[in-house]
Amino acid sequence: MIKLMVLLGGLVLIGFITWWFFGKHAIQEVQANVTVDQQRVDIDVNGGYSPEQVVLKQGVPAVLNFTRQDASSCLDRVVFSDFGINQELPQNQPQAIKIDTSKPGEYEWACGMDMFHGKLIIK
Amino acid sequence: MSITKRFWVSLIFSLPMLAGMIGMPFGWMLPGGDWTQLILTTIVMLVSARPFWQSAWASFTKHHANMDTLVAIGTATAYVYSLYAMITHQAVFFESAAFVTTFVLLGQVFEERMRNNSANAVEKLMNLQAKDAEVLRDGDFVRVPIADVQLGDIVRVKPGQKVPVDGVITAGSSSVDESMVTGESMPVEKHVDDAVIGATLNSTGTFQFRVNQVGEKTMLSQIVELVKKAQNSHAPIQKLTDKVSDIFVPVVLNLAIVTFLIWYVFLGASLANALIFAVSVVVIACPCALGLATPTALMVGTGRGAKMGILIKNGEVLEAVNDVDTVIFDKTGTITVGQPQVTDVVGDEAQVVQVAASLEAASEHPLAAAILARAKALNLTPIETTAFRAVEGKGVTAQLNGQTGFVGNQKMVTDDQLSATLKREMVRLQNEAKTVVLVGLADQVIGLVAIQDAPKTTSREAIAALKARGLKTVMLTGDNQRVAEAVAQQVGIDDVIADVLPGDKADWVHQHQQTGKVAFVGDGINDAPALTTADVGIAMGSGTDIAIDSGGIVLMKNDLRDVDRALALSQKTFNRIKLNLFWAFVYNVLGIPVAAGVFFAIGLTLSPELAGLAMAFSSLSVVTSSVLLNKAKITSKVATA
Repeated sequence: MIKLMVLLGGLVLIGFITWWFFGKHAIQEVQANVTVDQQRVDIDVNGGYSPEQVVLKQGVPAVLNFTRQDASSCLDRVVFSDFGINQELPQNQPQAIKIDTSKPGEYEWACGMDMFHGKLIIK
Repeated sequence: MSITKRFWVSLIFSLPMLAGMIGMPFGWMLPGGDWTQLILTTIVMLVSARPFWQSAWASFTKHHANMDTLVAIGTATAYVYSLYAMITHQAVFFESAAFVTTFVLLGQVFEERMRNNSANAVEKLMNLQAKDAEVLRDGDFVRVPIADVQLGDIVRVKPGQKVPVDGVITAGSSSVDESMVTGESMPVEKHVDDAVIGATLNSTGTFQFRVNQVGEKTMLSQIVELVKKAQNSHAPIQKLTDKVSDIFVPVVLNLAIVTFLIWYVFLGASLANALIFAVSVVVIACPCALGLATPTALMVGTGRGAKMGILIKNGEVLEAVNDVDTVIFDKTGTITVGQPQVTDVVGDEAQVVQVAASLEAASEHPLAAAILARAKALNLTPIETTAFRAVEGKGVTAQLNGQTGFVGNQKMVTDDQLSATLKREMVRLQNEAKTVVLVGLADQVIGLVAIQDAPKTTSREAIAALKARGLKTVMLTGDNQRVAEAVAQQVGIDDVIADVLPGDKADWVHQHQQTGKVAFVGDGINDAPALTTADVGIAMGSGTDIAIDSGGIVLMKNDLRDVDRALALSQKTFNRIKLNLFWAFVYNVLGIPVAAGVFFAIGLTLSPELAGLAMAFSSLSVVTSSVLLNKAKITSKVATA
């Protein structure tokens, strides 16, 4: 009897894990704060990036402020492969990253181990 | 708290339990038994393992999972079960939770160090930059910070100093060590009007130069920018791991649950044993090794290339190089020197060259430049001439020292002016695809000068090396077939395509692409379309900016042998990536079944501690293998040619 319940519990857990990680979930998207000559977005790095999707205006110089709160070494660098940026993120110290917004398009960023991803949309 | 500190805390509090484990067979027990274990492990959990849990939880709320998720679940399961076992007076395994934490942190400490190591090529390049410069201001040379140097400034460089920025020498001469930028090991002689590159080292003389590039426009800054982009680029092979890493952790978690259920429900193992198998599965799985396999190797490989004067633009190029089976070369300036030179003089060399140079001194013909260069090399000064006259389509004549001298082609002379020996020589030289100029004095032909755009001394060796690699070599040129074939024969190239219009080079590249991947090596502006069309464009150094932008690989040195080195380095790097990925997959593919107890029947199992150790060393071994790429030999297949 106990074993049957454990089996059921295990199967439910498998179902939950599959739904939680593979199901469709809304992605947090943020538009940049635009002043006349600059736009900026603050990004928290804690178990991933929040927001995970950032929209920037083309042609306005942009700054992304990354602050890593997570102690994990997984997230200790942020890499924008299209821009040749590989910035170290010391824990709890905001790091400003300048983005060249001259070309519209979608760009990915990732952690140093390519496990966590974020998306940058310039339009 | 830093990873290193967390590791030390974890190690110190785990050691007594390790002593207890080793002492057990000898009858020595840890004083205090389970209670001591509980206290020690709790400290390790709270101080060293807590960040794993925080990170895992933060990821979880965002529907993500990572390595920390696995470590957190593994250690938490072992710890919580042991608490339950202690209350119900069963065997505990606190030490597993503590040891796994220690081993994982140990791996991370090393890995962090190695990763920083693999990334420091750019830093080293940046450090090459001089900090200040001696600039001419109001008639005096003053020392100013590098940022204050402006375009058009005159800068003085003394022996042993670094050239601060790019420019052209206006006074003085010296030899300059450019190895840090071009990889060229021999110092280069520099005179007035020669270009100097910032960050290179002046050795013997003092000179002044006019600044023509500062800040981000300097060669060094451009190299740094290029290397940075290359190091962080994606290789197409990575797409596989990108996909795998997305689903890896949740899949492993499910596998662990399945492992537990099978052992506990179907095979009737005890709760503790079933849990140990499940925890081992969670702990041994290492997504990091997969994620690190490509970027670290790419970083080290491209960084090493930069040191050798070989700039590889990105991971795609690196991967494309492996499938190349044809290398197409532009002739002028790539295989050859790019400037016509005197190759042979028949007759009394000093006299022949002197007469020829005197007559050609006023001429702007490209062949004249070659003759004048030879005269200069022989320390001959042209003699004053009078009554200079150009004979259309034939050559020139003039009076010198009271005699009529002439320089020109065969049409300039009548048959009886040319001796049989000279005639034979002329035919021989012409068959070698050289342009032959006749030199005469007082109605007699006194000698011949043969001129050719000669192949670089290293071209033959370079081509041989590529052929040894099994590549087909092709030469494209606008020259006529005979000249082209003669050059091809000298350097040992397989195929020749002559009489190609500059605009058609890209078409020829395209045509060869029908049968396989093509690399194109060129330098000039008219090579840009061909460089872009080819699967791998290799731009030779001293080339123009446009060529550098269009090439996937840029060779800083004007040495054709670097083509082979670039291919060797790309292949080495790509093979290392494949090796890394192979190990990372093998670790997981073999490690997970072993940890799950699939081989229990033949006595092969993994405790959670060993699984933790294996996991720590999987990513460490991948990073180490990448860093070792710095030491790998880049040898050409032909040592001497």
